[in-house]
Amino acid sequence: MISQQHHQLGPADPAGPPILQVRGLRKVFKIRSEGSRRTENLVAVDGVSFDLPPSGSLGIVGESGSGKTTVARIIAGLEQPSAGTVLVGGSPLARRRRRRRRRVQMVFQDPYSSLDPRQTILAGLDEVLRLHTKSGKSGRRARALELLHQVGLDERHENLRPRSLSGGQRQRVAIARALACGPEVLILDEAVSALDVSVQGQVLNLLAELRTQIQVAYLFVSHDLAVVQQVTDDTIVMHRGRVVEAGPTDAILTSPADDYTRRLLAAVPRPGWKPSRRADGG
Amino acid sequence: MSLASVNLVTVEPASGRRRTRLDPALAGIGAVLVLLVLAAVLAPLIAPYSPDQGNILIANAPPSPAHLLGTDAVGRDIVSRLIYGARLSLLGPALIIALATTAGVTLAISAVWIGGWYDVVVSRVLDLLFAIPGLLVAIIAVAVLGTGLIAPVLALSLAYTPYIARVLRSVALRERRLAYIESVQLAGFSGWAICLRHLLPNVMPLIRAQATLAFGAALVDLAAISYLGLGVQPPTPEWGIMVSDGQASLLNGYPLESISAGFLIVVVVVLVNLLGDRFAIRAEEAG
Repeated sequence: MISQQHHQLGPADPAGPPILQVRGLRKVFKIRSEGSRRTENLVAVDGVSFDLPPSGSLGIVGESGSGKTTVARIIAGLEQPSAGTVLVGGSPLARRRRRRRRRVQMVFQDPYSSLDPRQTILAGLDEVLRLHTKSGKSGRRARALELLHQVGLDERHENLRPRSLSGGQRQRVAIARALACGPEVLILDEAVSALDVSVQGQVLNLLAELRTQIQVAYLFVSHDLAVVQQVTDDTIVMHRGRVVEAGPTDAILTSPADDYTRRLLAAVPRPGWKPSRRADGG
Repeated sequence: MSLASVNLVTVEPASGRRRTRLDPALAGIGAVLVLLVLAAVLAPLIAPYSPDQGNILIANAPPSPAHLLGTDAVGRDIVSRLIYGARLSLLGPALIIALATTAGVTLAISAVWIGGWYDVVVSRVLDLLFAIPGLLVAIIAVAVLGTGLIAPVLALSLAYTPYIARVLRSVALRERRLAYIESVQLAGFSGWAICLRHLLPNVMPLIRAQATLAFGAALVDLAAISYLGLGVQPPTPEWGIMVSDGQASLLNGYPLESISAGFLIVVVVVLVNLLGDRFAIRAEEAG
């Protein structure tokens, strides 16, 4: 049974027991440098803890290499932590694949590789629904179309393959696929970073809208503070694998307490912003 | 939101399948190969004479309307022997490719999926197989199992497995790291389902190209084994045997048996390789 006891809590209720509890997460990668036999330890994530309330929305920001994606992948179950615990709805991730997957889903950064190029949109959704629901063929199609509508697509897209869709449309399909599993936590790993700014806005609006319709919590991983501001209630700032600041998103963006956060904010281009260095490769 | 997305839909047939333009060269090659296979299958209907019974009175007859390519040293019709010979000459490499591809694909995909020590073991075993010459394995197999079709086919299947597996492993490894594989993994599908439904279909163009190219090489190898007398035995009609049988006649001034069989081998290998090249180009375009 999937625990649904918190579904009555709205996004604004911070008092509900957290749907996602992360405690003391640590991940060490062993790197073997070329030519030498000894391995070096790279601490990618170091002592990360946070809570995510049901239907809440938490941003993880930081520069590339700060460990934010590793945190996301551990929570999704794609990586094993070296230490620490991840509790979903109070219990550790189930060993049973199917059960675990219903609870946490993820949308990836690159819209061009995150869908099977050989599968039509409907087939992709149907496959997931067949695994997770007991409904028959027509029931699954109805649900698939409902999901497509929820993400702003429709019948015209059902028989297309990913290559006929734009990047924004592909991310919508990826979101629909993730939602088809009926997750309680949706991880969005730089999910709009590869999109044009205008398309980014559309997808962010969609995400904000979805959260009012269905009970799902967002874990929004991004390097882009402006994007995080639009869809998250709380934010943690990561730097070199550690959490350097945590709190309500608005507070962090308006009055950052940590020096690193201030530098991160100062690096955001805004109107009137003059690049101090050109072609900094970053 | 949906208004913007509607305009971006590119028109595609409702089936959603990309229409592949008919490549005339590909169609030509395919047609010739299909005809050859048909000739092999329908040999009893097409061949003008029995491949085995000759008339010693007309041995080494020159080409004539009755015997288009003449007869061999024991008076058997060369055209009939070529047609019947296509059966084993094409079946042998087909069996080799079927076995080697099955083994190679299984090893490569499982190595990529399971990874870790299993991948290391598979990769080392493939390196080892690469180092062993196929003909040597075939000779050992014949020594153990005796002459015939089975021993060389098994030996060459073993020899061709690493060629299929190694290239496929590296490509499948790249494919496996793409986000769509992780995304179906996250959706809760089993490794079996992911490999069979997603990984395998997406590397299929490469498998097709590899298998086709290996077919040509296997045909030559198998003909060589027959020529050496280690494969199927005379008087069974087979192109490699015909090349070797015709040698004496060749020296006596009747070259048609060896040359026509050798010519067919060359033609089939060239056609199959051209086909394989086309497949390889397509696999590259698709990937």
